[in-house]
Amino acid sequence: MLEADNLIFSYRRRELPVLDRVSLQVKPGERVGIFSPSGSGKTTLLKLLSGYLLPQGGKVLADGKPLPRSGFCPVQMVWQHPERAVNSRLTMGKILAEGGKTDPRLEALFGIEVDWKRRYPEELSGGELQRFCIVRALGEGTRYLLADEITAMLDMITQAQVWNALLEEMERRQIGLVAVSHSRELLEQVCTRVVGLEELSYSGVKR
Amino acid sequence: MDKKPIAESYRRNAAILEIQDLSVTFRQRKGLFQSEDLPVISRLNVTVNQGEIVAVVGASGSGKSLLAHGIMGILPVNARISGEMNFLGEPLTTERICKLRGKEIALVPQGVTYLDPLMKVGAQVREQQPGKEGKRRQKELFSAYGLPEKTEERYPFECSGGMNRRILLSTALMERPKLIVADEPTPGMDLGQAKRAMADFRAFASQGNGVFLITHDLPLAISAADRIAVFYAGTTVEEAPSSDFASEALLRHPYTRALWRAMPQNGFQAIPGTQPYVKDMPKGCVFGPRCPKFTKECLGDIPMRAVRQGTVRCILQHDEHKIREARESKDAQKAQEEREVQKYAGGR
Amino acid sequence: MKNNKQRQAAVFFSAALLFLAMVTAAGVLCREAALETDFSRKNLAPCREYWFGTDCMGRDMFARTLAGLSMSIRIGLCTAGVSACLALLLGVAAAVMGKAADRVISFLIDTIMGIPHLLLLILISYALGKGFLGVAAGVALTHWPSLTRVIRGEVLQLKNSEFYQISRKLGWGRGQAAARHMLPHLVPQFTVGLILMFPHAILHESSITFLGFGLSAKQPAIGVILSESMRYLITGQWWLALFPGIMLVITVLLFDRAGNALRGLLEPMENREGVYG
Repeated sequence: MLEADNLIFSYRRRELPVLDRVSLQVKPGERVGIFSPSGSGKTTLLKLLSGYLLPQGGKVLADGKPLPRSGFCPVQMVWQHPERAVNSRLTMGKILAEGGKTDPRLEALFGIEVDWKRRYPEELSGGELQRFCIVRALGEGTRYLLADEITAMLDMITQAQVWNALLEEMERRQIGLVAVSHSRELLEQVCTRVVGLEELSYSGVKR
Repeated sequence: MDKKPIAESYRRNAAILEIQDLSVTFRQRKGLFQSEDLPVISRLNVTVNQGEIVAVVGASGSGKSLLAHGIMGILPVNARISGEMNFLGEPLTTERICKLRGKEIALVPQGVTYLDPLMKVGAQVREQQPGKEGKRRQKELFSAYGLPEKTEERYPFECSGGMNRRILLSTALMERPKLIVADEPTPGMDLGQAKRAMADFRAFASQGNGVFLITHDLPLAISAADRIAVFYAGTTVEEAPSSDFASEALLRHPYTRALWRAMPQNGFQAIPGTQPYVKDMPKGCVFGPRCPKFTKECLGDIPMRAVRQGTVRCILQHDEHKIREARESKDAQKAQEEREVQKYAGGR
Repeated sequence: MKNNKQRQAAVFFSAALLFLAMVTAAGVLCREAALETDFSRKNLAPCREYWFGTDCMGRDMFARTLAGLSMSIRIGLCTAGVSACLALLLGVAAAVMGKAADRVISFLIDTIMGIPHLLLLILISYALGKGFLGVAAGVALTHWPSLTRVIRGEVLQLKNSEFYQISRKLGWGRGQAAARHMLPHLVPQFTVGLILMFPHAILHESSITFLGFGLSAKQPAIGVILSESMRYLITGQWWLALFPGIMLVITVLLFDRAGNALRGLLEPMENREGVYG
């Protein structure tokens, strides 16, 4: 289980925290959608859950253990802009290999073509790049996946392709998901439960 | 000489912007002496009439931004443009674009980063039009878009994202344009903000102007635009009233139907494959390789045909649809009415 | 179009490098000729036999110029190389080793940049007893700050980039992730910075030698030649200063242009125009 317990975070001292005592529990195989207006701290919450940021209060536990400081993190996050999440000077094949052993089955599932791996990021479209980023994040050790608007920049068909593949893989491996999106329809389609961020925080009221 | 008849056609159709068979090619060097032409946009058709919001919807990387740049005349030097563009019934030549740009035709750019962070907002909006008249117009626009009067003395970082977006819109509207070209105006906004942005565009259009909205967000386009041009692999495959998106049967092109079925609320089904690259465009229909109804005839030349109130670039006859259409028209009508109600209720 | 420009840059870069290499090699070969005195041919104006003329001791100015330039280029290579490596080390250290290291290094940068360049050079050179060691140390120790700043900024930016952070979460260690993600971005910056440092180093070496704080008068350095020739300018021996001076300017300009051409070659991403909008 991925647990967030009373997380507090603010970007500057002496400022109202962006997140005020936020708690969340995600079981393996469960898919939680978080829906709330922009600027309310959804991305910050995902960064805390995956260890990119450390909370000022509260703790994050993955399967009972705190997130590792180094080494492969069992909670992986996929970012909104794939073009920023890849190094423009590496070929796609090398980028994919960053996630550890490459799995031809996964590549096929996400429709990654062999030819794409020889190219550089700027020679691929956003949808194609995002497939690489997702497969890279689905390494053997991944137990929970965090999706930050991962299809917001893609067209409808690509969005459905990516999500359907992702759902199949998560179902197979019982990976837990936390997804953030501006589209309620999308969250309701892909998640097992949808909550507002304010429901998760202690005060329960919108700031 | 022949300007008059075109001008008349404008009065008749009230078309603000007509684009016909627009093609944009990029010349790229290949080896020492050869060069090759990459067709990025080919034979594109779109019309924006008075009082209308027309959305061009396509995947990112399909060349939509170039369309905006083409209209504004800011394509890079190695691009060549062909086809016909008419603005208010008269041909839109390079010289004319330069004269009209920023005055009759205004661009609302993608991000708020286009604002100068070191300049007060009011001065920025008035930059092209200093003096009393400019000040008056700016005050008028600010009050029309609900920006408090104090805003003009602030710097962009002191304003919220939504305010900055309205400031950009005000800048575009300073010279009373007839047409706004908006390139992906909504990413980074949540649903409420996007809806308010669209309401601002609607208010502008309803004064007899046109809005040309370029976006990848189909649900947004459906809720905001009057007509939708579906853009695929550098061309428009279909142009349809947005009410047709209420039901799959009302749509004309197999790609549009695939788009519709891929929407989360309509089944979330995806067809396989990806858009072709400019370098290896398929022969004939650009959607051919992914089309479930592909036949040999699709390899030939595919003209744009008028079907009901829209157009389609597909040779499929739509008889089978007509049967279903008759069956479903009642549901569609109902859905459309609901949508209409929502549209008015959803305004600000 | 782009490819064409790139090809031009590549051709120019190779040509400039070839020319400079030839000057350097020729200078080494001319060393004997440069020191040879022959009073039967003193104070000759430029002619077919002695292209750049001869001086009051009958030394061939062409050979002297080549030897001097060669000397300057070699000193430039040495000092710029040391300086650039120093910049790389300090820049990376400032960005990676935490706030204290960053503060110390930034303070050093500001201090050195705050003192007039030439003054500091003269001080260091004089303190080390002038000569080759003084000049080399002086130039090497004064040229690193600006490149250090560039590298520090680049490393900081890369450290905060999404792709670097992601690779750390994918289990890559600090060193591995840095080698994978930072090196490919730093190498071009470093190389270009290095080459653009040459002209500075050469110019500064010549200037302090000219002022008498650098290489000894016995060596055929370009600064020595120029300072000697000043004495003869009033007697109408214009060629003694003109040709060596022009050659120095050409060398410095060539290095500068070559550096800029290389920058264009190594950083094509930045000036490539997006085809797909």
